[in-house]
Amino acid sequence: MDLENQKRVKDLAEKYGPENIVVLLGAAEGEAAGLAAETVTAGDPTFAGPLTGVSLGLRVYHICEEEVKSEIAEDLYDEQVGMMEMVLDVDDIANEMSGIRDEFCKY
Amino acid sequence: MLIKGGAASTDYERKEEKAMSLLKDQKVIIIGDRDGIPGPAIAACAESAGAEVVFSSTECFV
Repeated sequence: MDLENQKRVKDLAEKYGPENIVVLLGAAEGEAAGLAAETVTAGDPTFAGPLTGVSLGLRVYHICEEEVKSEIAEDLYDEQVGMMEMVLDVDDIANEMSGIRDEFCKY
Repeated sequence: MLIKGGAASTDYERKEEKAMSLLKDQKVIIIGDRDGIPGPAIAACAESAGAEVVFSSTECFV
């Protein structure tokens, strides 16, 4: 995750309270999604950014996961996400995300 | 013992509804991907679900 974005995530979690934050990702692959998810939960696994060693434990989801998709109007989702969703490996992404949440999410 | 069924049930249902909703009334941080789903698309979806988008970005890898 971009280092500036890591700082923003950290600052916003402090400002609003981590229990009130949900992070939504749009990563193209499971690996990238998992990396970003781990960064906002367990801390930056690359030890490069402000979230190094910082376990925010935020709730984090990918926009294509069923838990998120079910809350969005179908026509809007199809319009905004539908086209790209067809070329993503949603199962791989969902597996990565649920694994990270099960292990590191605090809320 | 008198139980106020009507008001208590409504409060319980409201709590259940809030517990079940992932995005409604939540602060959302969006990390989009140029090669995946970009930030503005995710933001439109999140706002439609009742979330407040506090930050949105679209990352790309070069």
